[in-house]
Amino acid sequence: MPQEFVEPVSEIDVRLVDVVKRFGDSNAVDHISLDVKDGEFFSLLGPSGCGKTTTLRMIGGFEQPTSGLIELQGQDVTWLPSYKRNVNTVFQSYALFPHLTIEENVAFGLRRKKVKDAEVKSRVTDMLKLVELPGFERRKPNQISGGQAQRVALARALINRPAVLLLDEPLGALDLKLRKQMQVELKRIQREVGITFLYVTHDQEEAMTMSDRIAVMNNGQYEQLGDPESLYERPQTRFVASFLGVSNLLAGTVDGSADSFALIKLADDTRLRVPAGLVDGNTQIEVGIRPEKVRMNRADDPIPAAANQLEGVVSDVSYLGVSTQYIVASRGGIPMTVYEQNVERTNHGSLYHQGDQVRLSWLPEHTFVVRGSAPAAGSVE
Amino acid sequence: MTGPSPPLRRGRTGPSVRQRVGKATPYLLLAPGILWLMVFFILPSVQMFLTSVSTGSLDNGFKLTWSGAAYVTSLTKFGPQFENSLIYGGTATLLTFVIGFPVAYTIAFRGGRWKNFLLFMVIAPFFTSFLIRTISWKVLLLDDGPVLSFLRALHVLPADASVIGTPIAVIAGITYNFLPFMILPLYVALEKIDPSLIEAANDLYASRWGAFRRVTIPLALPGIFAGTILTFIPALGDYVNAILLGSPQTQMIGNVIQSRFLLLGDYPVAAALSFILMAAILVAVSIYARALGTEQLTG
Repeated sequence: MPQEFVEPVSEIDVRLVDVVKRFGDSNAVDHISLDVKDGEFFSLLGPSGCGKTTTLRMIGGFEQPTSGLIELQGQDVTWLPSYKRNVNTVFQSYALFPHLTIEENVAFGLRRKKVKDAEVKSRVTDMLKLVELPGFERRKPNQISGGQAQRVALARALINRPAVLLLDEPLGALDLKLRKQMQVELKRIQREVGITFLYVTHDQEEAMTMSDRIAVMNNGQYEQLGDPESLYERPQTRFVASFLGVSNLLAGTVDGSADSFALIKLADDTRLRVPAGLVDGNTQIEVGIRPEKVRMNRADDPIPAAANQLEGVVSDVSYLGVSTQYIVASRGGIPMTVYEQNVERTNHGSLYHQGDQVRLSWLPEHTFVVRGSAPAAGSVE
Repeated sequence: MTGPSPPLRRGRTGPSVRQRVGKATPYLLLAPGILWLMVFFILPSVQMFLTSVSTGSLDNGFKLTWSGAAYVTSLTKFGPQFENSLIYGGTATLLTFVIGFPVAYTIAFRGGRWKNFLLFMVIAPFFTSFLIRTISWKVLLLDDGPVLSFLRALHVLPADASVIGTPIAVIAGITYNFLPFMILPLYVALEKIDPSLIEAANDLYASRWGAFRRVTIPLALPGIFAGTILTFIPALGDYVNAILLGSPQTQMIGNVIQSRFLLLGDYPVAAALSFILMAAILVAVSIYARALGTEQLTG
């Protein structure tokens, strides 16, 4: 019989300790540890095959870990079958029961728990109201749209008031506009019900929009874990820097320091400043800067003395609507991506063209430093 | 680059001819089948019905007299054979389901890369004639054949045990011969079930058995229906198994029809029996379909 809802022992809803899942002779999940807090919207983000779905499936009870420990609200559930766990899943394919009506689908979990008929009825009504599908009780899953099926899947899981709701790329099958709409909707519902959401996606924008915290995964391990802002502003690995948004990465050598900045010498002898705290004792490092933080300047434009500078030639211009994307070949031959907000166009009235000589500048504070590889196993909070 | 090239244009009359052909296509595709049924089912059925209400003998010829005598004879004299048909056919259908479901389930959900091979194994017996296979069952089930000798040696059966000529042998033969007709539709239905539906049921607190009962079985119903129909109907009318594996006491209605037609030349009674069998099957199937249908609706 499913567990009765017990008062949470701790603030931690889901805890993974050193979990490994082997398929054949490769580790799909490679020593993952994780603490998801009560009421949090937590995302596992990564490319396909990075182990995020396997991690979710182990929490849901559909896969057993090869080694490690899984706890839900302080209770060890590592070997508990899925039907005895106080978690529910929204499947990627929705997995609505085609032979049952929407009402029967949503009520399925409560029926198995032998909840009284009157209560089931009222909770189904409430739940369909929450996902904005009132009056859909009598329909069959093949009589509703993809977006509606998605909401039913959500209602069917949430109605059981699980400790944690697991969502496996639930928006993957929807078109872009509906997806954006559902992102906002999901966030609203999560706030409204206050249930912990553990969300798996390969879409970085989706993860950024909704999550309180994100774990970026690659090759069965974490690359980095943090809130969206710190992941974007201070990516720690090359993978995170390029998976979340666009980054310009420049390899260089540490060559002295000035004030609170370290000086980095690039291959073409250009010197850049980066916050000293980020260098961390290494001499060969890679520094990065986000495209929207770089300014384009003509050769004779004044540039603040403290700013990092890089000379180059515009090699490509693309108009993106909100902004214009330039590719600038630096003197050292590295292509730099720069986004310039299109409000600037009206200001200085002119565009840069292919072949223009430019000087790129950005503030040293905006520079970040990345590692090449994933951090050592199990090193997350 | 110019824009996307315009779709190929034909002459003015082109599309309309094509449209006309397009509209007629379903009928053209159905035509051979309808023709086939007309010639080989409807016409013989009419002919058969007329025979069933005729009187006479093979020597003097049959005359259409609209007599109901053949139906009276059929319904009063062949109770035991109808009963045998129903019991043997029903039991065999049940057995094919009990044996076939786990096989179909395993191939569908656990078959992996062996799926096609296993399905081939199910169909493999069809490469040999139905008759030869049934005769070899006779050899297997003989009193001093391998099966009984073995069971006797193990003292599972007494020394004078005999199977051949009993209903058990007939039912075993029918079960064996119709097993693929049960397995294949069951497989098709089970194979279509998305495994994440089973996971979803487990996720929603249904145990393995609960998920099986509330998700797998309801979704397999069309296959269960098709499989039982495909087995039960031909099993009801079967006479080969009863001839080869049974005895005069295990005659089925098919045996009676066969002997009336081919040995006794009593065409009216044979035709009447055929019609009664057909009517019984139609009634049984529609009751069955309704029962399964409503269960599917209420889940």
